[in-house]
Amino acid sequence: MEYKNKKNLYNVNILIICFILILIFFILSMNTGYIKLSPLDTLKTLFGGGSTKENLILFKFRLPRIVISILVGMALSLSGCIIQDISKNALADPGLLGINAGAGLMIIVYVLLFGTNTFFSIFTLPFLAIIGAGITAIIIYILSKNKHEGIKPIRLILNGIAIQAGISALTTILVVKLDDTQFDFVASWQAGSIWGSNWYFVLALLPWILIFVPYLLFKSKILDILNLDDDVVKSLGVSINKEKRRLLMVSVILAASAVSISGGISFVGLIAPHLSRRLVGPKHSILLPTCAITGSILVLAADTIARTIVQPSEIPTGIVVAIIGAPYFLYLLIKSKL
Amino acid sequence: MTFGSFLLFLLIQFSITRGASDISFKDVWTAFFRFDNENMKHLIIIDLRLPRIIASALVGAAFAVSGAIMQGTTRNPLADSGLMGLNAGAAFALSICFAFFPNIGYIYIVFFSFLGAAFGSFLVKGATFFRHGKSSPMRLVLAGVAVSALLSALSQGIALYFNVAQNIMFWTVGGVAGSNWIQLKIITPWILLALILSILLSKSISLLSLGEDVAKSLGLNIKFITILSTLTVLILAGVSVAVVGSVGFVGLIIPHISRYFVGVDYRKIIPSSAVLGALLMVLADLGSRTLNPPFETPIGAIISLIGTPFFLYLANNERRKL
Repeated sequence: MEYKNKKNLYNVNILIICFILILIFFILSMNTGYIKLSPLDTLKTLFGGGSTKENLILFKFRLPRIVISILVGMALSLSGCIIQDISKNALADPGLLGINAGAGLMIIVYVLLFGTNTFFSIFTLPFLAIIGAGITAIIIYILSKNKHEGIKPIRLILNGIAIQAGISALTTILVVKLDDTQFDFVASWQAGSIWGSNWYFVLALLPWILIFVPYLLFKSKILDILNLDDDVVKSLGVSINKEKRRLLMVSVILAASAVSISGGISFVGLIAPHLSRRLVGPKHSILLPTCAITGSILVLAADTIARTIVQPSEIPTGIVVAIIGAPYFLYLLIKSKL
Repeated sequence: MTFGSFLLFLLIQFSITRGASDISFKDVWTAFFRFDNENMKHLIIIDLRLPRIIASALVGAAFAVSGAIMQGTTRNPLADSGLMGLNAGAAFALSICFAFFPNIGYIYIVFFSFLGAAFGSFLVKGATFFRHGKSSPMRLVLAGVAVSALLSALSQGIALYFNVAQNIMFWTVGGVAGSNWIQLKIITPWILLALILSILLSKSISLLSLGEDVAKSLGLNIKFITILSTLTVLILAGVSVAVVGSVGFVGLIIPHISRYFVGVDYRKIIPSSAVLGALLMVLADLGSRTLNPPFETPIGAIISLIGTPFFLYLANNERRKL
């Protein structure tokens, strides 16, 4: 009992530390950028005491983007955590399920048909992304399913890679047809630059997160059980395949809605769950919140770096994440026993 | 193989006649034997169509043979210059070239992408060999994906920062469209040299494909052969990427098809891979010119679309071995 309390205390401490970290990044991110604001000015402005210009920068430009980074990081990381559980593969990532590719294809089709400048598109893009990603995920799921063995993790990954190559080929063919503005939009989307930077985008993303994150927390017991051996799960009376399908769907929805606003960011869904598991262990009631926060920290930090490193132009956040994420992935691969 | 060569010959002729401007077979023949400087069609044939067709044949052969060698020496059915990080490495080197030395000569570009291919392959090999000294196909695929993601993120970053994104885009999407005789003069000797080398190596690769122990017991100098074949692969893939950008799947698909036709002996697989690879690439180039004229459909995309179902088939068919 005492051990358990200690463990709980430790986990809570970790969560608190993560929370403090995200606050620090939040403030850091607020006062860095093309126009610098001192931390004091930032705080003053936040509580209503800033000049018009400071207010404009903070509330109109920086704050929405920071909130979006946090939400996107949360969604991608949780999505990755579920996929890793379901595929029983520590190296799985929403990108591998074709979510980025499928969502991207739909978005290009949309841009081709309707252009980039409609207000309407802010709210339709998440829907379209979810449809595109959903169809891709279903194809990969069906291909990787075997009547006798269920989903085989290795095939899930290989099929994901193959389908992605095919979809990006289709995407390239369509990209050639775009005009200059459309091309710029799509190119920066693909590279993962957070293009949505006003409050409407926050509004477009928030409902998805508000519905599905609590749902996941509610399902954390089921996720714990899924980590066990499939035979054990069956004997416990949980209908695995049904639960797996549902959770996969949630995972696709979270990742696709995030990606529709942030562009193709990969590796967050891989790294954040890993770090979190190392920090707090496999129990989902604590793992999921930790995932959400570490994912947010990761994207927020990457976005801050992306905005500040080469002013006044900026490098897409997705590129920064990949440059941090890919070496970490290789490190995991070297350590893994595949 | 004879049949393949004959097909290639016919296809090349057919390919010359298709494209944004219509040209008849008769024009092709007269262009070869009674070349007329004033004739617009002759000029299109000799200066535009022929170089790109030769380039695509060479590159196709190079990619396919590099894949065959990799599959033979690593005994990995999924080995391919795209998956082993060679293409991404070469593309990374290209973006450095464009960003830092914009007026560099073509021969240096080729050399740079050779170095880049070596770098990419070194990273992937490093990640797969590090711990267990042995690489399973799965590790290789994952390492390849990660290294490719890293290198292409870096090249995208460089491209955006130095404002050369569009140049690189044109380079890779353009494929063989920009090929001319000067470029051909530079790349042809390299590719031919590497192809001859690979034919010389083919017997040893056959032995290696039986497993290292068998090869050793038959008196093969494994280290020497491995180094030589790695070098050959790097030349083939590096030069090819310098020409068309990173085109995946040719090196993966073609050796499997060749094996289906000629069996498991690499003395036959390598030459027939060369012919079939050339065939596939010329066909894809034809597609890229004719699918949506006057625009070019990216050749890499066409190959990926053909390659995806094939890769799916391989991945799901050989699952027991993976």
